[in-house]
Amino acid sequence: MSVELRGEPFDPWQELQNHQNAKPELAGKFGATSIFIGTMRDFNDGNDVQAMTLEHYPAMTQKHLDTISSEAGERWDILDTLVIHRYGDIQPNDPIVLLAVWSAHRSESFPACRYLIEELKTRAPFWKQEKTGANSRWVEYNTPE
Amino acid sequence: MSITVKFFASLRETIGKANVNLDADNIATAADVWRIASGNHEPVDNMLIAINMEYANLGETVKDGDEVAFFPPVTGG
Repeated sequence: MSVELRGEPFDPWQELQNHQNAKPELAGKFGATSIFIGTMRDFNDGNDVQAMTLEHYPAMTQKHLDTISSEAGERWDILDTLVIHRYGDIQPNDPIVLLAVWSAHRSESFPACRYLIEELKTRAPFWKQEKTGANSRWVEYNTPE
Repeated sequence: MSITVKFFASLRETIGKANVNLDADNIATAADVWRIASGNHEPVDNMLIAINMEYANLGETVKDGDEVAFFPPVTGG
């Protein structure tokens, strides 16, 4: 179970490879890997968006992402989880979040991965501020799904 | 009683400060913390509250040394 907060851009595909390479004990044990990657769009609510700043409450963010990952491990028969979430200045097409779940079977990894993203979106204290032209605006709510 | 208060995101801009260190005796609940730290600002719609990084409500009791945070709905992911 790993949770990381990153202030710089990351390559989710490389992170997945790195994580698996660092966990040789998983090799041969998992038959399913479910992942979710959230990426910044260049539009929102009918406006073009040029950039975004992600603010967070660092210690609380880490604490709740750890808790959510533990809960997924208690609810489903999974082998490992990885959470990487950006903060700071973000550009369109930059990955914002990577969630990955390894398990023996997809019946466990899919719902666990879904749980991670849905709980993150309601519990982890991050706030998006978008730059639209000369203006900035706070994103006031998440899309339902 | 000493309380560390934090405001985040749009709420920080509304209140005009990020951190407040309260040292007062007339504090019992998170609502008292809000009232004093915000300068008697009306509670903001949909405002979320955390005491020592756990979600709470305005009526919850606070104690000496607590960290109390106020912020808008979260929008990560």
